[in-house]
Amino acid sequence: MKRRLRAWGPGLLLVSPSLLALGVFVYVFLGWNIRVSFTSWRGQKPVYDWVGARNYTELFGNERFQIDVRNLAVFTLVFIGGSLALGFCMALLLEKGVRGENFFRSVFLFPMAISFIATAIIWRWLLNNGSGSSTAGLNRLFANLGLEFLRSDWHKTPSTWAIAAIALPAGWALSGYVMALFLAGMRAVPEELREAARVDGATEPRVFWHVVRPLLLPVLMSAVVILAHISMKTFDLFYAIDQGNLRIDTPALYMWFTTFQPGFYARGATIATLLLFGIAVVIVPYIWYSIRSERRQ
Amino acid sequence: MSVTTDRVVVDEAVGAPARRRRPRWAPYLTTARYLALFLLACFFLMPVYALIITALKEPAQVSVVRMWELPTALSLENFRIVWPDLQEGFVNSTLLAIPASLISSMLGAANGFVLAKWRFPGADFAFPLILFGMFIPYQAILIPMYDTMQRAGLVGGLDGLILVHVIYGLPITTLIFRSYFASISDEVIEAAKVDGAGMLRTFLFVALPIAPPAFAVSMIWQFTSAWNDFLFGVLLASREYWPITVALNNIAGGQTVPFNQAMASALLASVPTLLVYVVLGRFFMRGLMAGALKG
Amino acid sequence: MPYSRRGVLALGMTAALFALPACSSGANSNGGGSGNDKEVEVFSWWVGAGEKEGLEAMIADFTKKNSDIKFNNAGVAGGAGTNAKTVLATRLQAKNPPDSYQVHAGKELASDIEAGYVEDLTYLYEREGWKEKFPKGLVEAITVGGKLYSVPVNIHRSNLLWFNPATLQKAGIAAPPKTWAEFLTQAATLKSKNVTALSIGPGWTQKHLLENVLLGELGADMYTGLWDGSVDWKSPKVIAALSTYTKVLGFSDLKSAAADWQPALDKVVDGSAAYNVMGDWADGYLKGAKALKFKTGYDVVATPGSTGVYNFLSDSFTLPVGAPHKGAAEKWLVECGSTEGQDLFNPQKGSVPARIDADKSKYTDYLAAALAEWQNPQTKIVGSLAHGVVANNAWNGEIDTALQIFVQDTNVGKFADAVAKAYQANK
Repeated sequence: MKRRLRAWGPGLLLVSPSLLALGVFVYVFLGWNIRVSFTSWRGQKPVYDWVGARNYTELFGNERFQIDVRNLAVFTLVFIGGSLALGFCMALLLEKGVRGENFFRSVFLFPMAISFIATAIIWRWLLNNGSGSSTAGLNRLFANLGLEFLRSDWHKTPSTWAIAAIALPAGWALSGYVMALFLAGMRAVPEELREAARVDGATEPRVFWHVVRPLLLPVLMSAVVILAHISMKTFDLFYAIDQGNLRIDTPALYMWFTTFQPGFYARGATIATLLLFGIAVVIVPYIWYSIRSERRQ
Repeated sequence: MSVTTDRVVVDEAVGAPARRRRPRWAPYLTTARYLALFLLACFFLMPVYALIITALKEPAQVSVVRMWELPTALSLENFRIVWPDLQEGFVNSTLLAIPASLISSMLGAANGFVLAKWRFPGADFAFPLILFGMFIPYQAILIPMYDTMQRAGLVGGLDGLILVHVIYGLPITTLIFRSYFASISDEVIEAAKVDGAGMLRTFLFVALPIAPPAFAVSMIWQFTSAWNDFLFGVLLASREYWPITVALNNIAGGQTVPFNQAMASALLASVPTLLVYVVLGRFFMRGLMAGALKG
Repeated sequence: MPYSRRGVLALGMTAALFALPACSSGANSNGGGSGNDKEVEVFSWWVGAGEKEGLEAMIADFTKKNSDIKFNNAGVAGGAGTNAKTVLATRLQAKNPPDSYQVHAGKELASDIEAGYVEDLTYLYEREGWKEKFPKGLVEAITVGGKLYSVPVNIHRSNLLWFNPATLQKAGIAAPPKTWAEFLTQAATLKSKNVTALSIGPGWTQKHLLENVLLGELGADMYTGLWDGSVDWKSPKVIAALSTYTKVLGFSDLKSAAADWQPALDKVVDGSAAYNVMGDWADGYLKGAKALKFKTGYDVVATPGSTGVYNFLSDSFTLPVGAPHKGAAEKWLVECGSTEGQDLFNPQKGSVPARIDADKSKYTDYLAAALAEWQNPQTKIVGSLAHGVVANNAWNGEIDTALQIFVQDTNVGKFADAVAKAYQANK
C-alpha cells in the first residue's frame, strides 16, 4: 500500500494546488451563482432568501430572454459552421505545401492576437449600413468593386438573422485557429496510410475522404467544442459593435446589463446558471467521449 | 476500387508525394489554389488595412464614409497623441502578461504531465473537473471573486490580477500539455523510472525538455488572453496598475470616439501580442502537430 | 541519469517567477479606513472630450488648494457608464469603495442609499450653507427621506432640439416646430426632399427622445405624474403620446442609427438630417470638436411642446461609507460644491453650474441663455428619465428592455403595460 502511495502520491500532490484553486474559483463561485439564482435579490444589498424556481420560470417567459436565446442559437450556428468551413478550406489549400506558406499561415492566424475591443472598433466601421451618399464600410467596398448586389444592412437588418452578421468578425478572428488545428491534424496523418491507399488505386480525393477524414474527427470535435464555448461566452464583440440593439442581444449581454446597474442580481445569476448548463450540455458529452476513446486506444 | 494505368509519375525532385496520375488540369488547380489563398489573405488583411490608414490620417480626413481612401498626408500625430495615455498601461500589461503566462504554462505542464503520464486514482475525473473551468462566463463570478480577493488582501496591485489569470488559465494550459504529453510514447518515461527517477525528476528532466512546442502554444494562448483582458484588469487593479486594455477602452469606448486615435491605439496595443505570435509562431504549428489541443 | 541543463533552467525560472509579482504587492489596499488623508480616489466615467478637460480643471484647482493630497482620477469609459458602474457595484458590495464616485442626482442613487453605501451629507450642506446656494427644485429632487446624499456639480438640460439653420432654409422651413404634430408635418416635407427629419443614435438616445416626446405631448405636470405613479400609463393621452413617438421614430434614420450621439449630430451638421434631440452636452461638441459658431453654424430650441420647461439632469458626487480617506474625500466634495470648482468645470463640459451664485460672465452663447432660463423662477423644472432623475435603476433597466422591444414591434399597448408593471414591481 505504501509503495503504491509513493507511486502516485507525488503526482496528486503536484496537481492538488490547481485542483484546490479551481475548486474555489470555479466551483464554489458557481455554487454562489446557483444559490443566488434561487433568491429574490434585487438592489445593491445582498439578499439570501429562497424563492424556489420562480426566477427560472419568470426568465423563460421573459420576451427579451427568449429573443436572446434565439439570437444565440443563430449566432452559434453561423459562427461555428462558418469558421469550420473556412478553417477547413484554408487548411486544405495549404496542406500540400505552397510557396509562402508561412506568410499565408501567419496572415490567417494573426487576427487571434488582436483584442476583441480592437476587432470591434474596426468591424463596427466595416459593418456600417449607411446608404446612398453615406455608404461606408464593406458596402462601400462592394460598390467600389462593382458588387453592389452584396450590399447588406448587416446586424441592423430587420430579421432574425441579423446577428449572423456578427459571425463575420468572430469568424475572421477565429478561422485561422481552426485552420491551424485542421492543418496540424491533416499533416499528422502518416504518409504510409495515404500511400497504401494510393497503391490500392485511389485518387487523391478518395484518399482524403477515406483515409484522412476519419482521422480528423478528434480535431473536428476539439474545434467545435472550443468554438461553441467561445460563442456562448462572447460578450466584448457584441458589446463594442452595437450595444442596446435587440437584434444582437444575447444572454451574456442581458446578464451584464441587468445585473450591476439595475441591480437584478438574482435574475443575472439565473441567466448565468442557464448559460452554464447550456455549455455543459455540449462539453460534458464531448469530454466523456474523448476520455473513453482515449482509453480504447 | 482498383484502377490501373500505365503512367506512374514520381516527382522526387520536388519531394511531392508520388502520384499514380497527374490530371491534365493540375496547373489550373494550382493557379486556382493561389488565387483562393490570395483572396482569403485579402479578406483577412482588409480590416488591418483600414485600421492602419485611419490611424495615419489627420482628424479632418477621418470619416466612416471615406474609410477606404488613402490618407492624403501621412501623419504620425495620432500615435504621438495616444502614446502617453497608453504608456503606463503598456508597462502594466507586460508586467502582468509575462508572469501570468509563464506561471500558468508551468503549472499546466505539471498538471498535464501528471494527468497524462503519472496518473493517480481518479485522474480521469480530475481532468474533466479542471477542464470545465474553462467554460464559466467571467461576468457571473465577478462578485464572489472580488470579494474573495478583497478578503485575501490581493486587490489593488498586480499580484492579485496575475493570480486570477493564472488560475483561470489552468484549464486551457492543462488541456494543451495533457494532449501533448499523451501523444508521447510511454517508453521514455519508463526508461526514466528504471533509472530510478521520481516523479519530479522525470517531469523536470525528461518531460520539460521535450515540451517547448507545447509551451509555445500555451504561452501564445495565455499571453494573448492576459494581454487582452479588460474586466479583471479594471476591477482588480487600482488605477496606476491598470492594464492597457483600460486605456484602450477609454480612448475607443467613450462617447466621443476620435476614430483616428482609437485605431492608432488599437494598433499600438496589438503590437506585443503580434510580436509573441511572430516569435513563437513556428513552434505553435509544431506544437499543434505534435498533438497539443487535439483533445 | 543526466541532468539536462534545460531542466535546471526550468527549475530556476519557475522559482524566480513566483517572486516576480511580489513587487507590486505594496499597492494592495488594506480595506477599510487607513486613516491617512494623503490621497483621494475619485471614480467617474468622465473620460471623453470636454468632460475630461472640465474634470482636470477642477482637479487642478483642488490640488492647488490642497497641495498635500494626491488626486487619483479613476475614470472608466464605456457603455454610457455601465463599465464604471459594474466596477463600482462590485467594489461597494465587497466593502472596498473609492473615496468618492460620480452619480446622477435623483433616483439613480436610491438603491445605493437603500443599501447603506453612501453617507448622509446633510451636515456638509449645513456647514457650507449649500441649501441656499442650490435651487429649491434641485435640492428637493435630491433629498431622500429628508437627507441629502450627494453634491451636484452641474445641471444639464435634456429637452433641446438641435438643427442647422442652413438645412431648414434650403428645405423651405421657416422655423423649428412648436409641437410634435407640427414636427410630423415638417418631417413629411423633409422626406420628400430626401432629408432625414430626425437623426437618432443607440438605445439611450431613443429613450432620451421618448422622454421629450412624452414631455411635449403631455405637459410638465402630467409628465411628472408618469414617474410617481399618479398618472396611469395606459390612459388615452399617454397612449396617444406613445403613438406619436412611433410616428416620430418612423421619420428618423433608426434603420441606420448612428453608433453614438456625436455621429448622430454629425448628420445634422452635414445636412443629411434636419433635427436631433439631445442634451446640452451637444453644445460643447458642436462648439469645440466641430468648431461651429452658435446661431450661424448650429442653433437650438426647446423640443416641441416644452418651451419654458427645463428637463434637467445633474452630475453629482457622493461620499461612500467606509471611504479609505474620508477627510480628503470631504475636501473634494467641498471643491465640487464651490463656485470656483463649478465655474472651472462647467464651461468646459458644456453645462450650467448647480450653484445660483456662479460667475455668469464665464457662460457664453448657448450657456448664457441656458443659465438665464435655469435661474428664471417662471421656468418649470422636471427631471430626466434617461439620466436617472425620475426613475430608479431597476425600473429604468426594465424600461430599457421594454423600449428595445417597443422600438422594433411598435406595439404601444404592450409597452405601456410593461412599463406600468415594471413600476409596480420595482417601487
